[in-house]
Amino acid sequence: MTDILDIERTDEAKGPQSGVFVAPGLPGSVVTLKPRYQNFIGGQWVAPVHGEYMANVSPVTGKVFCEVAKSSAEDVELALDAAHAARQAWGETSLTERAAVLNKIADVIEANLQMLAVAESWENGKPVRETLAADIPLAVDHFRYFAGATRSLEGRSTEIDKDTVAYHFHEPLGVVGQIIPFNFPLLMAAWKIAPALAAGNCTVVKPASPTPWSILKLAELLEDVVPPGVLNVVTGPGAEIGKALASSPRIAKIGFTGETTTGRLIMQYAAQNLIPSTVELGGKSPNIFFADVMDADDDFLDKAIEGLVLYAFNKGEVCTCPSRALIEESIYDRFMERCLARIEKITQGNPLDPTTMLGAQVSEQQMEKITSYVAIGLLEGAECLTGGKAAHFGGDLEEGYYFEPTVLKGHNKMRVFQEEIFGPVLAVTTFKDEAQALEIANDTLYGLGAGVWTRDGNRAYRMGRAIKAGRVWTNCYHLYPAGAAFGGYKISGVGRENHAMMLEHYSQTKNLLVSYSTKPLGFF
Amino acid sequence: MPRRVNATAAALEAIAGLVSEVGPVMFFQSGGCCDGSLPLCFRDGEFIVGDLDVKLDTVGGCPFYIDHRQFEVWKHTQLILDVSAGEPEGFSLAAGPDQHFVIRSRVFDAGELKMLATVSSDSSPVDHK
Repeated sequence: MTDILDIERTDEAKGPQSGVFVAPGLPGSVVTLKPRYQNFIGGQWVAPVHGEYMANVSPVTGKVFCEVAKSSAEDVELALDAAHAARQAWGETSLTERAAVLNKIADVIEANLQMLAVAESWENGKPVRETLAADIPLAVDHFRYFAGATRSLEGRSTEIDKDTVAYHFHEPLGVVGQIIPFNFPLLMAAWKIAPALAAGNCTVVKPASPTPWSILKLAELLEDVVPPGVLNVVTGPGAEIGKALASSPRIAKIGFTGETTTGRLIMQYAAQNLIPSTVELGGKSPNIFFADVMDADDDFLDKAIEGLVLYAFNKGEVCTCPSRALIEESIYDRFMERCLARIEKITQGNPLDPTTMLGAQVSEQQMEKITSYVAIGLLEGAECLTGGKAAHFGGDLEEGYYFEPTVLKGHNKMRVFQEEIFGPVLAVTTFKDEAQALEIANDTLYGLGAGVWTRDGNRAYRMGRAIKAGRVWTNCYHLYPAGAAFGGYKISGVGRENHAMMLEHYSQTKNLLVSYSTKPLGFF
Repeated sequence: MPRRVNATAAALEAIAGLVSEVGPVMFFQSGGCCDGSLPLCFRDGEFIVGDLDVKLDTVGGCPFYIDHRQFEVWKHTQLILDVSAGEPEGFSLAAGPDQHFVIRSRVFDAGELKMLATVSSDSSPVDHK
């Protein structure tokens, strides 16, 4: 395998003087890099039982940059051992102390914001501009939100009668399994880990195969912050260790974010052991632009134009990517002209350059899929308005995975309008009135996100309540504050994240039914 | 009768190899998100097929299924099962060492669609081994 020290210092590895961050492991980088990483189990770095490792490629360059453990079911067992060993003590930890740990995790992430942002960008391909402004700060905030939610947790008591009281306590589930996707590795880890720990559980986390490393960089920071065994990370292939974790009789719940069929498989595994599951799956979110957005050439119109172009955020690798733009017929030409001009201004290239807006797709396999979707779209009769092919940047980036921001015009029955492409590809169509906008918006198997853009508040409310999606962004898009519940309708999943209600998903209720009467019942 | 799923020689070879290694396998077309258009390959019995799932075709002796709602959206296209380099990124079995299954698609022409309409959606054409 490639020796990472052979990576040549090139223009792409400029120092901070030019503003471009140095790649991990190179002199002057804010990110240190080892050639090989182990699993994080019981607060220690533990080699995989069978001693196998897998190469980890950076999509920025298309080259291997480190190795991580290629774990097997035995490694999942070790992680579960460590989690169970820590379970009772963590479960009995006071709310005050638990919240303090969550706040310390937040503080540590914040103190290492740049390092984690660069690491995430290097492994996933997303622009450092986004990790610095969105991914990492949102992760920090997530832990702080759940720290606060933890302190305010209360049980309930009910006076059944003069002598009988029902006490309701929240108790942890115990040990949970969590499988996270590649698109926002650190943020998705925060979304899963924060509520699980807040509710007093220990967790075994399996990161996605294309992005197993950034969470290990986070674990390095948490060695002395989280009690050993409370957080464990096992890396490896989904078919083997994802299955071992999800189907284990030793977890009390499985949480999963990923694709629809796999979500079904996960729920099936959970059913075998009668444990709860929450799954966040795909989407094909409609982004709806009513004619009144063009009533004035003002800030709001500018915001709406950006709203359409947000399909390129995180290179389109978002379950809630606004990948279907529905534009009212009467403004289509003028609005699309403005949007295409904005799309053509998107800067693409080295994700470690803070001026880059569109980075690299996460893997070669994702590139293949995007390419084949554009091909089927054209075969189905879609018109390519811009982009449509891989982008090349030469030098060290030449073998990286870059796809031009693309727009396909067509109709809602095309496969490119119905399936998640998971790339910077926008499907655009028109509607004639509100009723048709709603019909097209809901004509999808999915129901994760949607966007509604209009200056008319009543229409915004009507549309928002009628669209069958768990999150309807109204005159905005791609905001993910903690405290705003997030999850799917229809085949987009079961359960909600980002909200204190998650604490319910990660707890069980203990009812102590107490009698203060000394008199027998009189039955026997 | 046009096939709903065609397999390349490389895919058929990979299936034969996989079956000799792990026993019978099945395919289920992925729904979306990160695994996008991938055909997921599971050991027979690993994935519970529901009464409403549609068996699109049989390739290399192995059934290829799709969700019934997804079938409605996809039925105007033919799937071509192939293999590509790289370990599967999700939960699918590998097609071989460092290989995964992929599908490409083509739109059926009018003649093919007419023929397909004469067959009910859950019967599959003769399997070409």
